[in-house]
Amino acid sequence: MALKHQPLTVKLAVIALAMFGFGFALVPLYDVFCDLTGLNGKTATTAATADAAQIDISREVVIEFIARPNKQMPWIFEPEVRRMTVHPGEIHIMNYLAENPTGRFIVGQAVPSVSPGQAALYFHKIECFCFTQQKLDAGKNMLMPLQFYVDPALPSQFSTITLSYTLYDVTNGWTESTAESTQLGE
Amino acid sequence: MSAAVTDHEHDHEHHDHKPSGIKRWLYTTNHKDIGTMYLVFALIMFFIGGAMAMVIRAELFQPGMQFVEPNFFNQMTTVHGLIMVFGAVMPAFTGLANWMIPMMIGAPDMALPRMNNWSFWILPFAFLILLISLFMPGGGPAFGWTFYAPLSTTYSGDSTALFVFSVHIMGISSIMGAINVIVTIFNLRAPGMTWMKMPLFVWTWLITAFLLIMVMPVLAGAVTMVLTDKYFGTSFFDAAGGGDPVLFQHIFWFFGHPEVYIMILPAFGIVSSIVPTFARKPLFGYASMVYATSSIAILSFLVWAHHMFTTGMPVAGALFFMYCTMLIAVPTGVKVFNWVATMWRGAMTFEVPMMFALAFIVLFTIGGFSGLMLAITPADFQYHDTYFVVAHFHYVLVTGAVFSIIAAAYYWLPKWTGFMYDEKLGQWHFWCSLISVNLLFFPMHFVGLAGMPRRIPDYALQFADFNAFISIGGFLFGASQLLFVWLVVKCARGGEKATAQVWEGAEGLEWEVPSPAPYHTFETPPHVK
Amino acid sequence: MTKTRSLRWSLPTLLLAATANATDMPLNMTKGVTEISRQVYDLHMTIFLICCVIGAVVFGIMFWSIVRHRKARGVQPAQFHESTKVEILWTAIPVLILIIMAIPATKTLIAMEDTTQADVTVVITGSQWKWHYKYLEHDVEYYSLLATPKEQIVNKLAKGENYLLEVDRPLVIPTGKKVRFLMTSDDVIHSWWVPAFAVKKDANPGFINEAWTRVDEPGIYRGQCAELCGKDHGYMPVVVIAKSPADFDTWVNGEAERIAKAKAEEQELLAMNMGMDELMDVGERTYTAYCAACHQPNGEGLPGIFPALKGSSMALADIPGHINIVLNGKTGTAMQAYAKQLSLKEIAAVITYERNAWGNNTGELVQAADVYAVMQGKGE
Repeated sequence: MALKHQPLTVKLAVIALAMFGFGFALVPLYDVFCDLTGLNGKTATTAATADAAQIDISREVVIEFIARPNKQMPWIFEPEVRRMTVHPGEIHIMNYLAENPTGRFIVGQAVPSVSPGQAALYFHKIECFCFTQQKLDAGKNMLMPLQFYVDPALPSQFSTITLSYTLYDVTNGWTESTAESTQLGE
Repeated sequence: MSAAVTDHEHDHEHHDHKPSGIKRWLYTTNHKDIGTMYLVFALIMFFIGGAMAMVIRAELFQPGMQFVEPNFFNQMTTVHGLIMVFGAVMPAFTGLANWMIPMMIGAPDMALPRMNNWSFWILPFAFLILLISLFMPGGGPAFGWTFYAPLSTTYSGDSTALFVFSVHIMGISSIMGAINVIVTIFNLRAPGMTWMKMPLFVWTWLITAFLLIMVMPVLAGAVTMVLTDKYFGTSFFDAAGGGDPVLFQHIFWFFGHPEVYIMILPAFGIVSSIVPTFARKPLFGYASMVYATSSIAILSFLVWAHHMFTTGMPVAGALFFMYCTMLIAVPTGVKVFNWVATMWRGAMTFEVPMMFALAFIVLFTIGGFSGLMLAITPADFQYHDTYFVVAHFHYVLVTGAVFSIIAAAYYWLPKWTGFMYDEKLGQWHFWCSLISVNLLFFPMHFVGLAGMPRRIPDYALQFADFNAFISIGGFLFGASQLLFVWLVVKCARGGEKATAQVWEGAEGLEWEVPSPAPYHTFETPPHVK
Repeated sequence: MTKTRSLRWSLPTLLLAATANATDMPLNMTKGVTEISRQVYDLHMTIFLICCVIGAVVFGIMFWSIVRHRKARGVQPAQFHESTKVEILWTAIPVLILIIMAIPATKTLIAMEDTTQADVTVVITGSQWKWHYKYLEHDVEYYSLLATPKEQIVNKLAKGENYLLEVDRPLVIPTGKKVRFLMTSDDVIHSWWVPAFAVKKDANPGFINEAWTRVDEPGIYRGQCAELCGKDHGYMPVVVIAKSPADFDTWVNGEAERIAKAKAEEQELLAMNMGMDELMDVGERTYTAYCAACHQPNGEGLPGIFPALKGSSMALADIPGHINIVLNGKTGTAMQAYAKQLSLKEIAAVITYERNAWGNNTGELVQAADVYAVMQGKGE
């Protein structure tokens, strides 16, 4: 009796196990999906190459910069300018000011988000402080650079791109070695 | 234990012996015993979850805080949802499946009887753990039954580990139950019981079981990620570590939407059994019912993000999920039309099972209409997370799933107990339930449209009158269900003897065995013409 | 309205009361005050009416059948059980109806998502359990908290007209201009909702979302947080005041000035010492507004979720540690950094209050200068 049912039972159990795995596979699948569609305004977590395409001087795109330390992050964190008008294809450098006003050493991680989400696909960062964790000793400050360009292929309905950084305190669990090798999302 | 089970099974093959007392229930592998246990368990859970709903309605009777603290209120809404979904509706359907599927397809028992015993007996422990968590310092889970991260991770209390453990056990139980149903239907159909001769209840449960083994593991994955995010430093859903809280909602609703159909497809099967019986006319469009059920099941995997329109998604995504969701209205409509066509030119009588089935058709359809309205993305921005949604899913789950379960109980009680239930008491139960349930849930549409968010312990004054109204409806509905318990107890203890066919228009293998159904049925398979 | 409450003991009276008071509560979705909200309302009504018609037809046939085709009337049941023609028909007709519904829905959705060419941009940050507004073009930012007194919530005082829908500092926007909202969150997911604008968008921690509105009429518009965000989710209202563009400019400039002045005054305050009474007074107010939601008005916290301050070693011994946690928060817990939310004076006062209330009688005073010292890294 039991033998008769075994093959089907095993098959079904395997499906259930595979679906458990699929639940976890949704994590990387979601990232792929975000990369393809710009869902949730996720930007690339690694550097883009600098060989930008033709500069399109006929078009202007406004880039807005928003920087916000998370509420448990005591740093002062601000963009140098709030707005910048650029031509697609031009490479720009934008500095963010970070200051650690506390009496202790703190490590920060900036998390980028772009709105509208689809525009994230056309916003390329050649260099960004958000690629690695940043540490700042007590009372110190620094300028953190972002080098970027807007892809000339940006669809025409986007005239403003908002780039937001949320800064998190990641001092817990920080070691020298993680700072060297950590790249967000890897 | 295994020795005992083997002995017990050995006994089966020869005579109708069953051990008495607690051991019978603890060790039983009989599908009827297990079905009964599932049903009794579901009824108990229905009352525990219902008691929590009474706490919620008492607090919301008037504006201002009267009885409970906001944190406890959130625990009540959370645990009420979890218990009703996983403790009442799903086990009740599993209980019905255990009782009826072998009898409907002419099988002697479920295919995997020992697993059947296990899948029931781990369930009480799951809910014990969940209920115990309410007494921990800081209380039980308070993040809603949807447990959105990071409220359920970084910002939750210490009971989260218990919640996760409990959901894991519920999931394992459901998956084992589902595997059992599938194997039984595939391997144990009586000769001549071809696929397209199976009663619709069997068909809908088969599809439900496939949905269960597809999505319960995904839920298990989601709670596991919550657990590791909270306690083991992963950051699946934590932006600071490169995760994304919206990802949680995608995973959850990938489970959650098919879950909705898990709770309604067997109901379709029940109603499709009851309506032809009392209309004395064959079910209209049997084949299209099977196809409609299958297409609903497939579409259910393509619509999950309609729960997430406000999380911010590209227009193309929102449109895709809106169109797919609207499409579900088509097969669902086909089902409703088929039931109406079954009644058309029948010769109907209106015993209690039929009354609940008719109420199901009307009220579930109202829930379907509000579902269609919710699918319209721009309007959903106004409806989302308001009492309109609460009204919608209670119409679908209470007057839908729960009414179908009650209808099924009335329909098959004579077969289970051998006695007719008290028809007059049953009609009282029906009318009290019907009126109070609408007092309870219908005004929720209005408060929702007027702008009352869900999951709040206190509200602005313009919602006061309707909330008092809703609370009274809630108390009445709760009290009405006591009539049901009384009726079931009465029916189990005696009454007018039931015939084998019970209902004049009833057709199917389960009506060919005597009432009450003997402990063992179809030990030699019947031949289906 | 309060009058009917005492009557609410029998069902018939209740029914009457509810109908009599029907004007108190709208039964339907608001038409709102924007082009988009009216489109959404029309869409809602269209779909609703279509559903009503379908319902009337289907239920009509069903009830007709229930009345006519009863065994009690002695009818013989027919035996038909399929008809391909009919089945195709009732699959095709719903599809057509759905297409008719989908067209306006798609149009409205596309209009809603077009956030370009905004005149004013406001960054909205949700936080347990308050909203923070920041005007991108101006030096104006502030928190907006529930203004309903606790006494009304616990039924010690009569409830005001806008019970639970009132805040200390509403968001102000100009009429006739496209106002863009950028939503984000500091902790859990919140959802910013104003029904009159048909704007509801989730505020996700670490990510931004966009929505926009263009309000026609000056007025006060109220909404609430729509996503369960923890204990005080029900106490997180949204209030928006729409002013004419001229009034808005006056307001926003005045506000920028006021904030700049407050910052300057703060520096002067460092030299001043406040007395115990003043500190306790300011401290209690600040505590009630910012701390009591978690640590509770009696300082006992909620065991297992929010730690007690009453009798805690933090509040009895370690002054710099106490200042530090209030200023900088504690990572991995719900404790926020208040350095940017409160003034030095308020922080000094609230710490003094916590060290001297509920039997924490340390007798110690904490002054703005002490707080400033810790802020500058000298206190540790």
